[in-house]
Amino acid sequence: MTKGMKKYFKKKIIWFLITFVAALILNFILPRLMPGDPVNAIVGKSISSGAPPEQVQQQMEFYRRQFGLDKSLPGQFLDFIKNAFNGTFGVSYSQYPRKVSDIIGGGIWWTIALQLPAILVGWILGNVLGAVAAYKRGFWDKVLMPVSLFFSAIPAFGAAVILLVIFSVNLGIAPANGAYDPGMIPNFSWSFISSVIWHYQLPFWSIVLISIGGQAVGMRSMSIYELNADYVKYSRFLGIKDTKIVRYVFRNAMLPQVTGLAMSIGSMVGGALVAETIFSYPGLGMAMYSAITQSDYPVISATTLIITIMVLLASFMLDIIYAFIDPRVKAAQFD
Amino acid sequence: MKSTLRNILHSPRFMVGFVIFMTMVLTVLIYPYFVPRNPLLSLGKGFLPPGTYFSVYDANNAPTFRVELPEADTNRLQNDLPQSDRKLMLDFLKAKGVDTSGLSSGNDKIADLLEAWKANYDEADVKSSKYEGFTTQAKRRALAKLDKKLNDFLSNASMKVIRGEGEDLQEKNVSGTEYTRVDQLANSVSLPLGTDNFGRDTLTELVQATGVSLLIGLIAGTVATLLGLIVGLLAGYVGGLVDDILMFVANIFTVIPGFVLLILIYYSVGQEARGIITCAMVIGLTSWVWTARSVRSQVISLRNRDHVNLSKLSGHSLFRIVTTDILPYIASYVVMAFILQVSSGILAEAQLSLLGLGPKTTEVPTLGLMMNWAKLFGAYTSSNAWWAYFPVILVIALTSFSLNLMNTGLDQVFNPTLRE
Repeated sequence: MTKGMKKYFKKKIIWFLITFVAALILNFILPRLMPGDPVNAIVGKSISSGAPPEQVQQQMEFYRRQFGLDKSLPGQFLDFIKNAFNGTFGVSYSQYPRKVSDIIGGGIWWTIALQLPAILVGWILGNVLGAVAAYKRGFWDKVLMPVSLFFSAIPAFGAAVILLVIFSVNLGIAPANGAYDPGMIPNFSWSFISSVIWHYQLPFWSIVLISIGGQAVGMRSMSIYELNADYVKYSRFLGIKDTKIVRYVFRNAMLPQVTGLAMSIGSMVGGALVAETIFSYPGLGMAMYSAITQSDYPVISATTLIITIMVLLASFMLDIIYAFIDPRVKAAQFD
Repeated sequence: MKSTLRNILHSPRFMVGFVIFMTMVLTVLIYPYFVPRNPLLSLGKGFLPPGTYFSVYDANNAPTFRVELPEADTNRLQNDLPQSDRKLMLDFLKAKGVDTSGLSSGNDKIADLLEAWKANYDEADVKSSKYEGFTTQAKRRALAKLDKKLNDFLSNASMKVIRGEGEDLQEKNVSGTEYTRVDQLANSVSLPLGTDNFGRDTLTELVQATGVSLLIGLIAGTVATLLGLIVGLLAGYVGGLVDDILMFVANIFTVIPGFVLLILIYYSVGQEARGIITCAMVIGLTSWVWTARSVRSQVISLRNRDHVNLSKLSGHSLFRIVTTDILPYIASYVVMAFILQVSSGILAEAQLSLLGLGPKTTEVPTLGLMMNWAKLFGAYTSSNAWWAYFPVILVIALTSFSLNLMNTGLDQVFNPTLRE
C-alpha cells in the first residue's frame, strides 16, 4: 500500500465514522420529534373507557418507566445506545412487550431472501441485455431499448399492482399476500417450502421486471461510450481480436453498474417498502411501515439504523473496491 | 446555440418524448374547458364501470307518460292493410273454428280482427293441425308471411306519447324505430373511465391529478436541481473544508432514509399544512444529493482548466468565475438532471401517497392519492375496478417514459460519443 493510499483510506474512514455518529444521533432524535404521545395510545388500547383517572395515571406512569420515557432526552439516548449495542433495541411500543430485535429478526430474513436474488437477477439480465443491444445494434437496439425504457418508467408499485391483478385476482394462479399460507407454522417440511416458493413469485418478479429496464438502459449507454473510446480504435488498428476487445470494453462499462448494484443492495430495506406493502410480505419494510403508522419509535429508529449501516457499508466497500479495480480512480484520488 | 437547438429538434428520441409530454400538458390545460365539472364531484356510489349513465333520480321521478299504442296500430292497419290480407285472416279464423260472427273486414272492426288473429295464430300449430284450406305448404307460408307483416306493422307503428293532463296535454308521435343519442338526454353523464370509490368521474379526476402531479414534479425538480447545483458548485470549486462539510451533509442525506425526514417535516409543519406545495418542497429537499455529487465531480474536473485559471489570475470574483467560466460547461448536464428530477419527483409523490404519507388534501387529487384510494378501497382485489388504478399507472409510466426519452435524446446531442 502506498503512502497516498494510506492517507486516502484514513481520511475515508474518519469521514465514515463521523457520518455514522451523526446518523446515529439523527436516527434517535428524528422519530422522537414527532408529535403524539405513544403511551397515550397504548393505555387507550389496554384500559376500558370507564376506568378511574388514578388507574389511568398509574398505567401511564408504568409504561413511561417501562419505556424509559421518564428520563431526560440525553438519558434516553444513552439507553438507545446501550440497547443498540446489546442488540435488543429496546421494547416495541405498539407490540408491547415484544423486543424490537424480535420484530426485526422476524422480518430481515424475508427481506433479504426476497430482495437479494431479485436485485441480482434483475442486474445480470439487464446488463446482458444492455451489452447485447450496444454491441449488436439493429433489431436489439431499435426494438428492445424503447421497450426497456418504457419498462423502467413503470413505477415499482405499478408493476406490483399489475402483476397482482393479472396473476392473483384474475387468473388466480398465485397467492395475493403473505409469504406463506396463513394456516401454516414455519418449519422445514416440503409443503411449507413449496408454499413459500409459491408466495415468492409475484413480489420477486415485480422487482426483477423493473430493475431489468433501468439496468439495460444504463449499460447500453455506457457500452456505446466505451465502444467509441480511443483505446478500442487503437486496439483494432493493432489487430487485436474483437472478442478480446469486447471483454475489456464491457469490463470498463460495468464499473458504474457495479456502483448501482452496491447502492441498491445497500438501500434494499427502503426499496422493499413498496413491494412488501402491496403484497403484505412480512419483511422489514412492512415492519417499518406499520411502525411509522403507529409511531413506534424504537422500531423506526432500529430499522432506519439498519438502513444507515447498510448504505454506509455499501458505499465504503465501493470506495475500497474502486481504489483497487479502477486505475483511473486510483490516479485521481491518490495524488 | 442555434445548431444545438437544431440537433435537439432532429433527435427522434427527444422529439417523441417531447410530443408525448406536451400532449399530456395540453390535455391537462384544455380538458377543463370541455368538461367544466368539478373533478371531485361525487356522481354515484362506489366503483361504476366505464359507460354512459342516466340519472337514476330522473328515471324514477319522471312525470307520468301515457303511451297510447292500440289506437295508433289500428289507424295504420286501417290505412295500410289490404283487403286481401283481411280476407285471409278471416278465412283462417273460420277454418280454425273461431266464432267469426262479430268480425268483418271493415275498417271499424279491424282492432277486433287483429286481437282474434293474435290470440289464435300459432305457426307450429298451423303446421301440425292442417286446418281445412291451409294444408298446402304454399298456403301455410302465406299465413306465416302475413303474421310477420302484422308484427312489423306493430313494431314500426308510431306511438302517441301524451304528457300532462287536461289543458296542458302535449302530444307527440314517436315511431318505434326512432333513436336518440344518450348524451342528448338531459341528465346523462358519460364516464369513459367509470368512477372511483367515492363515485367521482375517474377521467376528469385523472386529468386534474396529472396536472397537480406535474406541478409537484416541477417544483420538486426545481428545488432539487437548484440546491444540488449550488451545493455542487460550492463544494467542487471552493473545495477544502467547505467541500468536506457539504459532502458530509450530503452523506447524511443519503444514509438517512428520505421518508423519515419527510414524515418529520410533515409533522413539524402540521397536518393541515400538508398541502401539495409542502409535499413538493419536501421531496425537492430530500432528493438534491445526487445532483450535487455529479455537479461537484464535473466542477472538480473543470476547475483547473486554463480558462478558469486565467480568470482567477485576472482577479475575477468567485461569482463571476462560476457563472461565466464553469456554468456554461455544465449547463447541458444541469438541464438533463432537471428533467430526471422532475420525473423522479412525480414518482416520489406517487410512492409516498401510496404509503399514506402524501399530501393531506381534500381539494385536489394527485396521481399518488388516486393510487392510495384505489388501494384502500380494494380496487385491485375485491372490486376488481381496473379503471380506478390502471390509467393512473399508465399516466405515471408515460410521464416518466417521455421525460426519460427527452433525457436520452439530449444526452446523445450533448455527448457526441453516444451518437449512433
